Amino acid sequence: MARTLAPPERRVARVSGVERLGAYHVVTALDESGPVEPQPGQFYMLSAEHGWGGGADERPYLPRAFSYARARPAQGGVSLSFLLEAVGPGTERLSELRPDDGLALVGPLGIGFGAVRAGTRPLLAGGGVGVAPLLCLGEALLAAGGDARPPTVLLGFRSAGHAQAAALFGEEPQVVTDDGSVGRQALVTELLAAELDNEPAATVFACGPPPMLEAVRALCSERDVGCELALESGMACGFGACFGCVVPTRRGYIRLCLEGPVVDAAALESVLFEGAGH
Amino acid sequence: MTISGKAAGGSVLGARSIELCGVALRGPVLNGSGTFDAIAARRAFGDSLLDRFPFDAFVSKTITLEPRRGNPPPRLWETAAGMINSIGLPNKGLSGFLDEDLPRLAELPVPLVVSVMGFSLDELARLVASVDARDEVALIELNVSCPNVETGLVMGADPAETARAVERMRPLAEKPLIVKLTPNANEPAAVAAAAEGAGADAVSLVNTLKGMALDPATRRPWLGGRTGGLSGPAVRAIALEQVAAVAARVRIPVIGMGGIAAGTHAAEFLDAGASALAVGTESFRDPAAGRRIGAELADLAQARSLERAD
Repeated sequence: MARTLAPPERRVARVSGVERLGAYHVVTALDESGPVEPQPGQFYMLSAEHGWGGGADERPYLPRAFSYARARPAQGGVSLSFLLEAVGPGTERLSELRPDDGLALVGPLGIGFGAVRAGTRPLLAGGGVGVAPLLCLGEALLAAGGDARPPTVLLGFRSAGHAQAAALFGEEPQVVTDDGSVGRQALVTELLAAELDNEPAATVFACGPPPMLEAVRALCSERDVGCELALESGMACGFGACFGCVVPTRRGYIRLCLEGPVVDAAALESVLFEGAGH
Repeated sequence: MTISGKAAGGSVLGARSIELCGVALRGPVLNGSGTFDAIAARRAFGDSLLDRFPFDAFVSKTITLEPRRGNPPPRLWETAAGMINSIGLPNKGLSGFLDEDLPRLAELPVPLVVSVMGFSLDELARLVASVDARDEVALIELNVSCPNVETGLVMGADPAETARAVERMRPLAEKPLIVKLTPNANEPAAVAAAAEGAGADAVSLVNTLKGMALDPATRRPWLGGRTGGLSGPAVRAIALEQVAAVAARVRIPVIGMGGIAAGTHAAEFLDAGASALAVGTESFRDPAAGRRIGAELADLAQARSLERAD
């Protein structure tokens, strides 16, 4: 599993664009002083340089953790894109950023996805805003070329508005929705099961809401398929200081920001532990 | 107007370096215990963390005699200008700390303060004696914000309990003892005076303020540990008052903290009588907060000194 080190301070990236994509926003900013090669699955702690606070309940106060969706070399650094849905005071403020605004960030943090296991093909399963780290992972797997098999991308969304995020993926992803407005009315795990039926030798990389990840974990465990999950947990800092983001594993609590957010599914009893998704 | 502290030398004005209980520090900014894990941060930031270490002394997370796994999640709740945490002191226990963590912490470019907590005076005594024996440690901080299982009283909430604890620990340690005061006491200044009377070399305050949050969906406590501790700018005015009250009551150095997020806040705590400062929650937002606040404070002190010279 891969980790690119972060500079030990918060810095400001300049927003180059905020694009509306159905239910989501894609915030893109030019990071001129961070590493240019974060690893897919790594995350950044984000906040607005100005006006962070004063929203609902006088929040936000803490930065918010986001896996980057895309990193592109750019003049003077790296252009980082983040996918977000405005659902609370933090994401609302981030979605209101405008070009030339400052996006304060710390990162890249955590451990990204590992390698595709020998003799298997990569299956990427994403749900909702969790498709973000699969975008850069898919691009990296394609770019690796050689003998590697291209990734198969399986995406699930709540509705047509959310499913617009599928347009970010270059390769034709298979898309299903909860309401059947785009693709079949199905869960992404049904697509995953069908793919594993066709060809069981796979490495699964998944990110999405906890119930989806638990279904992916159980499926892969049952079929003895290697699986890595990018999890989410409420974080104050992102670099191991606050001990707030712990997730129970077979060997006890881990700080997700340090030993995740990508974890080997075999290390977990269940993704649906008490307090999950908070 | 000057920015004055009560550390040896009387003032931190102009010169950034200070002396705290006989230990030379390159500046007055520490971290609050449990708000920065230097070993974890080195995994995230690499050795650039050491080149640009944010604090002038490093305070460890509190260690207990036995390992602790900590509270069940969720452990955090964001409030207006702050947060509530319910972490539950997860740590490797004394021997895990001494064997695994202490050698790594000794690589930091600043003096080390080790924070300890015991659930009885016997436990605390074992911790203090073991930590005091290690050369890597410069100072010991007694976290007394826990219930004594023998009396059921929170040691730090009661002057007599605090005095009893410090009296018992004092002869066990050659190193300076800092008593970390809880703001959840009727009169923190009385606890501070009791600690001083019993031989404490310094006091630090404030620890977090007890708080609670309800899950809007279930209307039941959000935190896995049910209640937690409030920190961040939300507590700063309370912390400032307590630091001022304590500094007025004791002669030993006071390490002030509670919502410090800028040099101006740090200057206020020094003006209120603190000799040194600690940054806590602000480091969650910016790992370099300690260094930034120290630099802002130095600039401010210089500006005030020029103003005075005019």
